[in-house]
Amino acid sequence: MLLERFVFLTLDGLARGTAYAAFALALVLIWRAARVVNFAQGAMAVACVYVAHSVTAATGSYWAGFGAAVASGLVLGAAVDFCVMRLAAGTASHLNSVIIALGLVLIIQAVLGIAYGNEYLPTPAPFDRTAITVGEFVLLSPFDLFVIGTVAAAVAALAWLFGRTPVGLRMRAGAFAPEVSRLLGVNVGGMLTLGWALAAGLGAIAGMLVVPTELALHPHAMDLVFVASFTAAVIGGLDSPPGVVVGGLAVGLTLSYVSGYLGGDLSPLATLLLLLAVLLVRPEGLITRAKVRRV
Amino acid sequence: MNMLLRTSPLRRVLLTALAALLVLIASQVLDPFRNFQFATIAAYLCATAGLTVLTGLNGQLSLGHGALMASGAYSVALIQDAFGGRRLAAGWILVVTLLGALAVGVAAGAVIGLAAARLQGPHLAGLTLGVAVIVPSLATTFDALFGGEQGLPVQAAQPPLALGATFPYERWQVWLAWTITLPTILLLTNLVHSRLGRDMRAVRDHEVAASLSGIDVARTRVVTFTVSAGCAALGGALLAVLTQVASPGSYPLTLSVFLLMAVVIGGLDSLTGAIWGALLLVALPDLAQSVTGLFSFPPGEAQRWEGNLPTAAFGLMLITVMAVAPTGVSGLQRRVVRAAADRWRARRPNPGAETP
Amino acid sequence: MLTVRRVSAAAAAALILVGTAACGADGSGGSAAVPGVTDTEVVVGTHTPLTGPAAAGYSTIAPATRAYFDYVNAQGGVHGRKITYKIKDDGYNPANTQQVVRQLVLQDRVFAILNGLGTPTHTSVLDFLNSNRVPDLFPASGTRNWDQPTKYPNTFAFQPDYVVEGKVLGAHIKSQYQGQKVCFLGQEDDFGRDGLAGLEKVLGAVAVKRTYVTSNTNVEPQISSFKQEGCQVVVLATIPGFTARSLSVAKQLSFTPSFLVFNTGGDYQTLAKQLGADAKLTEGLVGLNYLPLYTETADPWIQLFTKVNKEYNGGAPLDGNAIFGMSIGYLFVQELLAAGRDLTRESLIKAVERGGYQGPGLAPLRHSPTDHSGYGGERFTRVTNGVQAYFGPTYQTDEADAPVTEYDTPRAAPPANGIPQAG
Repeated sequence: MLLERFVFLTLDGLARGTAYAAFALALVLIWRAARVVNFAQGAMAVACVYVAHSVTAATGSYWAGFGAAVASGLVLGAAVDFCVMRLAAGTASHLNSVIIALGLVLIIQAVLGIAYGNEYLPTPAPFDRTAITVGEFVLLSPFDLFVIGTVAAAVAALAWLFGRTPVGLRMRAGAFAPEVSRLLGVNVGGMLTLGWALAAGLGAIAGMLVVPTELALHPHAMDLVFVASFTAAVIGGLDSPPGVVVGGLAVGLTLSYVSGYLGGDLSPLATLLLLLAVLLVRPEGLITRAKVRRV
Repeated sequence: MNMLLRTSPLRRVLLTALAALLVLIASQVLDPFRNFQFATIAAYLCATAGLTVLTGLNGQLSLGHGALMASGAYSVALIQDAFGGRRLAAGWILVVTLLGALAVGVAAGAVIGLAAARLQGPHLAGLTLGVAVIVPSLATTFDALFGGEQGLPVQAAQPPLALGATFPYERWQVWLAWTITLPTILLLTNLVHSRLGRDMRAVRDHEVAASLSGIDVARTRVVTFTVSAGCAALGGALLAVLTQVASPGSYPLTLSVFLLMAVVIGGLDSLTGAIWGALLLVALPDLAQSVTGLFSFPPGEAQRWEGNLPTAAFGLMLITVMAVAPTGVSGLQRRVVRAAADRWRARRPNPGAETP
Repeated sequence: MLTVRRVSAAAAAALILVGTAACGADGSGGSAAVPGVTDTEVVVGTHTPLTGPAAAGYSTIAPATRAYFDYVNAQGGVHGRKITYKIKDDGYNPANTQQVVRQLVLQDRVFAILNGLGTPTHTSVLDFLNSNRVPDLFPASGTRNWDQPTKYPNTFAFQPDYVVEGKVLGAHIKSQYQGQKVCFLGQEDDFGRDGLAGLEKVLGAVAVKRTYVTSNTNVEPQISSFKQEGCQVVVLATIPGFTARSLSVAKQLSFTPSFLVFNTGGDYQTLAKQLGADAKLTEGLVGLNYLPLYTETADPWIQLFTKVNKEYNGGAPLDGNAIFGMSIGYLFVQELLAAGRDLTRESLIKAVERGGYQGPGLAPLRHSPTDHSGYGGERFTRVTNGVQAYFGPTYQTDEADAPVTEYDTPRAAPPANGIPQAG
């Protein structure tokens, strides 16, 4: 009985943690590229899930919707960088881009509310969500496996893009040494826009994976997920993709264990204590680069 | 001579007295609802001023000032309860509760400040975001103490009988709130011009340089956080007294975020920005609602537009202000004033001749 | 750098801004004698979440009430007065509620506040409304806060309170699910607490109790513990989002107890819309209600509300929220009519306290000078083949120790023109 419960809570926490990790990774992508914490990430992802909802309703195909979500994420990310974030580019304070992102959150959520109404909309899952049971053990559902598989594939693809391709090299160079890169003929602005597009695309994927595990689709569906994922990103050290994956899983497990063993109302407190504990020991997060770049 | 006057403490006191006079006049002119709003501006001003000092002058980002306001509000409710709910008109109970709230805020600020002293931008944002999320949820977790979602009642501060039985309640609220807020702002302006204020800015501008010139960086950051948190708690305490309730829903994460928006839009580089910020916090939702009132929607559509259109307008305004005036309204105000002064001087036939 | 001159300049600017706003707002007062009442108009206000996370569940209620008022206005209003319903968005944040309710009362000078929504939000303005003697009718929530006649003489409830609901549910479980293991999932506030208290009053201690908070949408740990404890009956004191979530999670865990849900979280249309393709999970769900159901197309009340909805509410879906909103509107019009041509706040309160109004509700409305609680009973519903329908008798009880008994007074049909008649 005790062991079954532990196994259930662990797997449940890992499945959720994976989705948090994916979303946190999208935050890290933008942080690495532009040194901006994108507070609009949640709202942008929800907008993409709404696009998927419309496309699925029109075509009857979940996968057409999924594709549309990713595509709209790429476009939205690029558009946000190109049309909005550039407004803050000339100013000294990073706070200005934070405020612009927050303004964007208000606009996106309001536009979604006007276009689709504030009501809850269903979010179908492409695979059965009934958990597979082996004996007394409740294990993962096919949908959970889909979540884990998709996130693993996305992380692998990003690792390949940044590590093995010329575009990835240019993006990294543009982020870390913009002046030098520009001298060497790298289109720094273009690389930045590409970074935003990729991050928003990944955010859209994370949204497609996480919204079915939330209450339903509504303009604020990602608010709580954003908080959990931002916490995960900070725990992991904002600069490190592997650290962020660890952070996401840690937050997922903490939430699951605390709700399961101590009661749902203590889970936010537990997350804060986890964050505090990590930051007291390692102020820059779990995994940091050898040399921290001061901005 | 001019410079000396401009920064002398005496001048600050005189100007505070002038502001008090303006408050007094305004409280006579405004209708009851505007007076209530005017009083809440005072409450929010404590918080925005504290946040401006922290973020603007010391470079520490806080997404948790809404939660610190909540700590002040709950302190008021709990201390009042400890006094057995006696009427606040016994003025000293009000003083004790406000001082108690200030003390709780200072203590909370010191704890968070100690944890925050080692953290950089986004990590500090993450930690304070955590605080902003957790504090309202504590009210439901420990609902026996904090009263759950409904929160705790706070006794209204009745106007003293000396003012007469029919003295307008909302006017009294304005007097009460600004009596607390104006001295607080005066103290903050003095602090900003003190040695500590210079240390704060030095730490913000360059930690290593500040440290080399003998400033204790960590200590400065902790002290700033403590002062800032104390102000926020005082603001929350005032808000609780004005609204007669301390409840978690009044201090959600959104409030913390809006406080930050308000001070950045107001202008981070001076306390003037904090005034603009507090004004925006109270007036904007109201203005946005009136804007929607100009349109009429078909009945089926109305409920989608009525709440969301103001929100969208507010978001658009945030972005526009950041694009047009990156230094906030106070920066814009400074530019306008300077341009006007230049034009005025240019019109005078003999510029410079009268300079003493 | 800071200079004090700028501080004072900004302060002055602030004053001027506030001042001009104040001047612009003047002159909307109306008759000096009774706030919000003229010979041709009565102005009523409400606060409700139109934005923010809570808007998802509730933003359709107030527009439905307004639609009913528009219907009445089109036929001449009440005593020749048209009803204007001012809806203010508070985003379910008590600080905003404070602001908008003061605006409604002090600036817009409304005659009464009707159906202000939410326990934490509306509780925060009870003192203000009652000290200003503003009639505060039918706040939306089943908390017992509204029923305090000595402390809040102007506040009256509408919904059955959560203790009454819990008792009625308990009696049903006692007779229909004899000997089964009963478990409870409740929201961590007075909804969950009062509901559980009512349930246990009749049933004795339930086997497993779990709570959730709205800030954590994961109920898998709670539902899985019910499964492991072998619960056979699960009672949900949940808002609709969490009802749907609990049903989905139970399915994912292959857990199939009998689910019973409190009125707040049991509207089939709301649940089905959220569940989409999984709407069949609500099959067999037992709930409670006290107003007509949208499925009763032959019911004269539903026919009336459908007509009003089509003509004055832009054809929005007639769900539980819309029926609730229109029922509130109907009762308010009844009482406005009863208050007489010389409408004052006192005459309205007297009319409410007189009680005995026959409307769309199935159970007795308990209003009297000493009792400000709302409907005193409910009837059970069950979802069968995707249709939520009533079964069995209507039950009544109170929040104290009265037994749960059957209530068999038949409900009156609405007047032909759909508007309450005088007398």
